Amino acid sequence: MAKAQEAWGSRLGVILAVAGSAVGLGNFLRFPGLAAQYGGGAFMIAYFISLVLIGIPICWVEWTIGRHGGKYNFHSTSGIFDLILNKPWGKYLGVIGFIVPVCIYMYYVYIEAWCLGYAVNSITGNLSGEGVNFQEFFGTFTGASADGVALKFGLKEVGIFVIIVYFLNFFFIYRGISKGIELVCKFAMPALIFIALIILVRVMTLGTPDPLKPDQNIIAGLGYLWNPGAVAVLDAVSGVEVARYPDAAAIPASYLGEAFTQKNLDLWLSLMNPQLWLAAAGQIFFSLSIGFGVIITYASYLRKEDDVVLSGLTASATNEFCEVGLGGLITVPAAFMFLGAAGIVGQGTFGLGFNVLPEVFAYMPGGQIFASIFFLLLFLAAITSSLSMLQPGIAFLEEGLNISRKQSCALLGFVTGIGTLFIWYFSKDLKALDTIDFWVGTVMLFIQATILVIIFGWGLGIKKGWQIAHEGAEMRIPNIYKIIIKYVTPAFLLTIFGMFLLQNVLGWNYSFSDAQFNPTDRVRDLIGSDASPVARLSVAWIIIMTIFSLILVNLAGKNWKKRKQNLIKEASL
Amino acid sequence: MTTGGWITMILSVGFVTTLFIFCIFRVLRGPAANREHELGHVEPIEEDDIIQR
Repeated sequence: MAKAQEAWGSRLGVILAVAGSAVGLGNFLRFPGLAAQYGGGAFMIAYFISLVLIGIPICWVEWTIGRHGGKYNFHSTSGIFDLILNKPWGKYLGVIGFIVPVCIYMYYVYIEAWCLGYAVNSITGNLSGEGVNFQEFFGTFTGASADGVALKFGLKEVGIFVIIVYFLNFFFIYRGISKGIELVCKFAMPALIFIALIILVRVMTLGTPDPLKPDQNIIAGLGYLWNPGAVAVLDAVSGVEVARYPDAAAIPASYLGEAFTQKNLDLWLSLMNPQLWLAAAGQIFFSLSIGFGVIITYASYLRKEDDVVLSGLTASATNEFCEVGLGGLITVPAAFMFLGAAGIVGQGTFGLGFNVLPEVFAYMPGGQIFASIFFLLLFLAAITSSLSMLQPGIAFLEEGLNISRKQSCALLGFVTGIGTLFIWYFSKDLKALDTIDFWVGTVMLFIQATILVIIFGWGLGIKKGWQIAHEGAEMRIPNIYKIIIKYVTPAFLLTIFGMFLLQNVLGWNYSFSDAQFNPTDRVRDLIGSDASPVARLSVAWIIIMTIFSLILVNLAGKNWKKRKQNLIKEASL
Repeated sequence: MTTGGWITMILSVGFVTTLFIFCIFRVLRGPAANREHELGHVEPIEEDDIIQR
């Protein structure tokens, strides 16, 4: 059964597809939450430094390595590593490039179903009537309240939406690169930006929605997010932030009693906080979808004379525009205007998106329409990302095992289906989702990105890598990036990763002089008397997937070996 | 909103918006803008599926 080579239909198509992969829920929910939490100015300094030192260089690395592999008809991370390193162990380094997107897809598609479900329920009015308990709705809809409660198929339940998004994803992925992913992204990305602009205009023109609360206006909402130095007033017992002021002198007498404490968010003090750097670098890292294996696979469908430097920068710039330029101006200011500082703090991505914002829309004039299009926006952001997660798996199965598109779709559908069902059933406190997200969607991503940048800078060699990157390039990468990619990015990445593990696994107190460690729930969920059976099952599932993937890579290695021998023969002729 | 807040917001949003517009402009107006890929060899994936797809 002969196969034809796949490729992108247009240059803008591949850029929109990569940007679509990167633009997701994090742009509109996670980024503004973090920027507000750490005090806009300080966070943005750390954020842009991370963009320059980690985000953009790794994007260029992935685009370059991907196109290089595609030149020899290799499209999976494992296959491309095998080609570049030409060592028996090389292909195993790329196994994460298969595991990560496939495992993330299992829970991401579930969240995508929430977005679609919330959009439909907003249109039908189920989320806009008076007296709706949004937390209760979220708990039942997502299954966060108890295991198994989400396995239902009514309009107010998630089941039907899981099936719809599964069908949509596999339908478009089966259609292939140009007629599937590219087609969706060419429509979805401009639509996403257009919808975000409509909501932005709505938020910016809200003024002071409640005349009884003149402090909660659009300017104060923007100030809450962007002011570089501020003083937060915290509840002395719970530690929850209740208000924020530009300086201590502006705090009213009612907040000066013993019931409240103050937290200084001064610019320079904030910049000395390692947690801020960790949050900023982590946001850049996850937002740009680097280390996923997606950009490598997408870039492998480019032609050898196609530019990767400008395209890579454009895809990153599109993501940054959606994140800072749109996400940074919509979510948090809107929530502040209706609920104040206390309604935003500590909500996290899901809390902000699915508890706080529906409440905000309920108060907003024309809220039903804006809630519907906002969740449609999140759904579009999610589907362009979930499609990108399937392609590395499809590419690996097709080229490694030499099976057809139908067979690879069926196999991937079966494996991801089991994973999604597992996450869907064990939904209490979103434990399964959260556990897989941490160990695969965070830890493995860091490892993969570090491997990538080291392979480019040290395995392929910076000189050769530079030369490959500039084949067909429409702009030059500044020469300073030779040093950044070879030394600074790996060092910065390893430092951030080390700190991340210290904080999130070992529970470091962020003190260098008096360091203390208190293992976090990530460890206690797996070891000890308080271990969670669901967390253990989730980690067992990750281990099974890893072993399964290693076996597949081993099988694929024999196929790749023959292909490499053929390439050598052709070169010698 | 303080002066520092305005500066942070304008610089941040201004930088990403300018970069985005610059890149999109370069892509759409650059030398390769009109060089569309040849779609003849792109789809279908398998010759057996030509009629079906």
